[in-house]
Amino acid sequence: MALAPERPRIYEGSRIPSPIPSVLELSNALRSSQDVLTVNFGPNHPSTHGVLRLVVDLHGEEVVGLAAVVGYLHTGFEKNMEQKSWWKAITYAPRIDYVSFQNNELVFVLAVEKLLQIDVPPRATWMRMLLAELNRIHSHLVWLGTAALELGAISMFWYCFRERDRILDLFELVAGFRMHTRYFQVGGLAEDIPPGFFDECAKFVELMPHAIDDYESLVDRNQIWLERTQGIGLLSRADAIALGQSGPVLRGSGVDWDLRRAQPYLAYDQVDFRVPVYQEGDVYARYRVRMEEMRESVRIVDQALRRLPGGAWIADDRKVVLPPREELHTSMESLIHHFKIVTEGFSVPEGEVYVTVESPRGELGCYVVSDGGPRPWRVKFRAPSFVALEATATCMRQALVADLIAIVGSLDTVMGEVDR
Amino acid sequence: MPGLVEVLEAHGETTLVVDTPRLLEAAGHLRDELGFDFLSDIAATDYLGWDSKDVSGYIGTPAGRDLNKPSTQGHQRLPRPKARRFSLSYHLLGMREGAPRVRLQAWVDDGEPVQSLVSVWPTADWHEREAWDLMGIRFDGHPNHRRILMDDDWEGHPLRKDYPIGGEPVRFSGEE
Repeated sequence: MALAPERPRIYEGSRIPSPIPSVLELSNALRSSQDVLTVNFGPNHPSTHGVLRLVVDLHGEEVVGLAAVVGYLHTGFEKNMEQKSWWKAITYAPRIDYVSFQNNELVFVLAVEKLLQIDVPPRATWMRMLLAELNRIHSHLVWLGTAALELGAISMFWYCFRERDRILDLFELVAGFRMHTRYFQVGGLAEDIPPGFFDECAKFVELMPHAIDDYESLVDRNQIWLERTQGIGLLSRADAIALGQSGPVLRGSGVDWDLRRAQPYLAYDQVDFRVPVYQEGDVYARYRVRMEEMRESVRIVDQALRRLPGGAWIADDRKVVLPPREELHTSMESLIHHFKIVTEGFSVPEGEVYVTVESPRGELGCYVVSDGGPRPWRVKFRAPSFVALEATATCMRQALVADLIAIVGSLDTVMGEVDR
Repeated sequence: MPGLVEVLEAHGETTLVVDTPRLLEAAGHLRDELGFDFLSDIAATDYLGWDSKDVSGYIGTPAGRDLNKPSTQGHQRLPRPKARRFSLSYHLLGMREGAPRVRLQAWVDDGEPVQSLVSVWPTADWHEREAWDLMGIRFDGHPNHRRILMDDDWEGHPLRKDYPIGGEPVRFSGEE
C-alpha cells in the first residue's frame, strides 16, 4: 500500500539516540552535575504493565537519561515449545501475550498450516477473523482502561472493563475459557461455533459503538487528558520505521500501514474497514488510532457475523486433525488416528516459514523451523511489544516524569510478550 | 547483491543466503537499493544435532525411532544437513505496494562473530542482544553488547540445543 504523503515534520532530523538506539544517555554537561538523580522506576510499579524496570536519570522533573531493563518475565516459551508436539505447542502461544491471546494463537497456527500446506475451510477462516477482531477490541479496552487510570482517569477503567467482560463472556461461550481459549486448531477450529453465540455477539456489536462514545465523552474533551497526551512522546515517521515500530504506534506517527490491508490474510480482503492514521506522532495520536480501530473492529465483527459461511469448521485431514469424537466408537481407523495424534502428534514437513499478522500491538511474527518430526525444531516470535520498548528512549526526549508514565503507557507493551 | 551465496524459494518465501563476512554490505544494499527499510525480526536457530535422531528427542522410545521407516508419523527421512551450526535469519519487509518480504540468512559456527546491523536498522539493537543472550552469537560492533532477557551474570545460552532443560540449581541471593 502507498504510504501517506509526507507532512510537515514533527521534529527535524532524527531523535534516535546514538550510539545505542535504545538508551538515552546523559549529556556531557549533566554528567558532571550534582543535580542528577538516578531512579529505578520499577520493576514493580503499577504503571509498568507487568515488570518493566526503567533506570531513569532525573534532572529536577526532567527525564535526562533512560535505559529499559527487561527479562523479569522470561519463562522460555520458545524453548518449551521445542519440547512439545506441534498441537500441544499451540497452548503456549496465547500465553506469550496474555492480552491478545487469540492473535498469538492464530499466528502460530497459520505458520504450522503454511508448512503443512493444509487448506482451512472458510467457516474457520471467518470465525478466526471474527475472534481476532473481538480480541483486538479486548486488548485496546485493557490498554485504554489502564493507560487512562495511570493518568488519573479512574472511572475509565470500570467502563472499559465492563465491556471487556462482555467480550470474555463471548469467548467463554465459544471456547469454554475466558482467556487463552486455545480454540484455533491446526486445520480449523477445535469445535463448531455454538448456536447461541451469534445472538450474543450481535448484541455486543449493537452495544459497543455506544460504549466507545461513552469513553470518548469521558476523556476526549477533558482538558487534563489533552494536556497530558498532546505533543508528548513524539516519534517521527522515519524514526518509527527505523526503530521497527508497528501497529498503532506506527500509524500514530503518520505511516499508513496495516498488514490486514497490505498483505491480507484470513478474509480481510473481503471485508470493508478503514485504517486510521494520525500525523502527530504523540501519545494522543496513538490513543486516537486505538479508539478508531475499535470502531473498525466492531464493523469487521458485524460483517463477519452476517457473512459467516456454513459447512465444515476443520479440515478433513486424518493425519493432522483429530477424527470426530463419535467415530471413535465405531471406526478402528479413527481410533488409531486419534491415538497417534494424541500420543506422538503429527509430523510437519521439513522447512522454515515466517508468518506475520497484525496483532493489536502491531506486526506479530512467528518463525517456525521443522525438521520433519512431530515437534517444532525452533519457534521464534517477533513480539511487537519487545520492539515498541526500543522506542522508549527516542520518545522520551524532553519529557517530564509525569510524561514518562503517559509515554510508556501509550506504547502498549505487554511484558509477557516482551520477555517471552 | 554483494556476498550472495544462494537464493532459496520455499513456501512462497524468498531466502537470500549471504556470505557471513559480507553481511553488513548485503544489508545496506537491501535497504538502500532494494527498499527493504523495515527489519521485522532477527531469528537465530541452533542446528546442533539437526540430522541425527538423538538430540531433538522424539517422542517414542528413549533411543529415538527408526527414521527411515515409512508411515510412522515420525521422521520418514533425514532432514537435509546444514553447513554450519547456527543460522541467523533477518526478516525484512518493504513498506510499499505488495508488502514484499525477504529473509536474509547468514550461517555461523560457535564462537564466530557476525557484523552488527544496528547501523543499518537501529531496531536490530535488542534483537541482536537477544540472539547473543539466548543463542550465544557474538555481534561485532554492537554498541551495547550485553544480555537482555537473562541476568548479566547468567552462564550459558538457554536456547541452544545443548542447554539442559530443567534441573538448573536454584540460586539464592544470600548464598556465596
